[in-house]
Amino acid sequence: MRLDQRLIAQMIAPKTRVLDVGSGDGALIDHLFRTRGCDARGIEIDMGEVTRSIAHGLPVMHGDADHDLAHYPDDSFDYVVLQRTLQAVERPAEVLRQMLRIGRHAVVSFPNFGHWRLRLQLLTSGRMPMTAVWHTPWYETPNIHPCTIRDFLALCKQEGYVVDRWLAVDEDGERAPWKRSIRLANLFGEQAVFLLRRR
Amino acid sequence: MSEHDSVVFDQGLDLECGVHLSPLRVAYRAYGTLAPDASNAILVCHPLTADQYVAEPHPLTGKPGWWARMVGPGRPIDTDRFFVICVNVLGGCMGSSGPCTARSHDDATLWGTEFPPVTIRDMVQAQAMLVEHLGITRLFAVIGGSMGGMQVLQWAADFPERVFAAMPIATASFHSAQNIAFNEVSRQAIFADPDWHNGHYREQGAVPARGLAVARMMAHITYLSEEALTRKFGRRIRHEPSGGIARGSLFGEMFEVESYLRHQGSSFVRRFDANSYLTITRAMDYFDLGADHNGDLSSAFARTPIRFCVVSFTSDWLFPTSQSRTLARALNRAGANVSFVEIDSDRGHDAFLLDEPDLDRTIRGFIGGAAEHAGLGI
Repeated sequence: MRLDQRLIAQMIAPKTRVLDVGSGDGALIDHLFRTRGCDARGIEIDMGEVTRSIAHGLPVMHGDADHDLAHYPDDSFDYVVLQRTLQAVERPAEVLRQMLRIGRHAVVSFPNFGHWRLRLQLLTSGRMPMTAVWHTPWYETPNIHPCTIRDFLALCKQEGYVVDRWLAVDEDGERAPWKRSIRLANLFGEQAVFLLRRR
Repeated sequence: MSEHDSVVFDQGLDLECGVHLSPLRVAYRAYGTLAPDASNAILVCHPLTADQYVAEPHPLTGKPGWWARMVGPGRPIDTDRFFVICVNVLGGCMGSSGPCTARSHDDATLWGTEFPPVTIRDMVQAQAMLVEHLGITRLFAVIGGSMGGMQVLQWAADFPERVFAAMPIATASFHSAQNIAFNEVSRQAIFADPDWHNGHYREQGAVPARGLAVARMMAHITYLSEEALTRKFGRRIRHEPSGGIARGSLFGEMFEVESYLRHQGSSFVRRFDANSYLTITRAMDYFDLGADHNGDLSSAFARTPIRFCVVSFTSDWLFPTSQSRTLARALNRAGANVSFVEIDSDRGHDAFLLDEPDLDRTIRGFIGGAAEHAGLGI
């Protein structure tokens, strides 16, 4: 399991109902079921990953964040998780709204477009930045809605979501020391993980 | 038809059409060993023209069981771990009450066309009586494809506390207009055969073989796909054993695909009864689980505790993925624990019966995961 997934798992209380949107190979839901006794389910867009997950006995549904969340009833989960996907969905604000409709909490991780390396590349070269995290050229990237940590916080404020916890981490998921300053985190954090709830 | 293992329920069954069917005969086969606490039973529901001989040679044709590749020792539906039951559907022709069984203990005449119309729900009610008779209070799983999948959904809707896991494969919550249309052409082919005798062909010592064969040929096309037909036959011409082209008459078996379909038709006639075919296709046409619940499919599964795994195939145009997705979303609305996967295959609807490793993995994995959640220590 990736380190950022471990950080997400630590935000989730044992024995709760969890929906992982973009569950990939199912590592997180498997971990949550086995170590935390959660009723954890997944939605995944890649059919190969869905088949592999079900073949491992995990409850995963083929679908995506933009089109399938609307079919879940209100408050059907304690947590709805969206890993590294917010920037790739068609309507990020609507996806967040759906997540906090069907779940009491939302756990969202995304790559931070405000990282200093990206800012520097754009400033010095005048071209779209390319880094380890943002590694596909602009004309091929599925990441159509990149945002910074401050952008995301502004959206949460606008939508009236409460940020219970947040972390800024480097690509490997190591916790970074700038967690007390949002401005520093927005400059030095490569990814962010947020735990939100409705007001 | 007493050569098939069966149980007779003298109390009978109230059918949806209002007729009380008594006695009720339920023919079935079982494989593996039932656990002392009866926790390891899996019911496999068969599609339209299959029967209870799921994992052993067929008594009439001698061919391997229709899902022998899926059910057996060490197979994805593992008879070393599970007690697997397969029931001949009500209206069938392999021992369960239907057009070819006697009306009652006192009246040995066969039902024929006067067999009452049955529904998927009636079929499931009959299965439930057998399951109870076998001492099983909760099935670990109910699994089936096509019409078998309809039975799985009916089980889930009618007996949510008596099923732990459900796997509807290549199916839908209702029979579409297109599918009813195909069934109607099949039935008209049977009616048009002079040997049908308005359904009284047995009394006349006849069999509507032409009509039933044409029905099967037409239906068989809907089970395949254009890619599968092209890959298997293309435009290839049949050759005589002498090496020459098989011409014969203008409408003789010229193309390989024709020869294949004719073989499918004629071999089907040897093992299936025309009146059963009519009865069962009608049962499929009636099926509309959402309509039975005021048009809201999700309410059929409200607060269901069952774990579902919905499976479809990319090239299945008889029960397309869109219908499985509709079903999966209805299950989501009901708050059900549902997995849903569309398996990539070019073999059409029949893919669920064929060698599709992804289906094997899906079934094995879903059963394994469900067994873990059910606390089955086997």
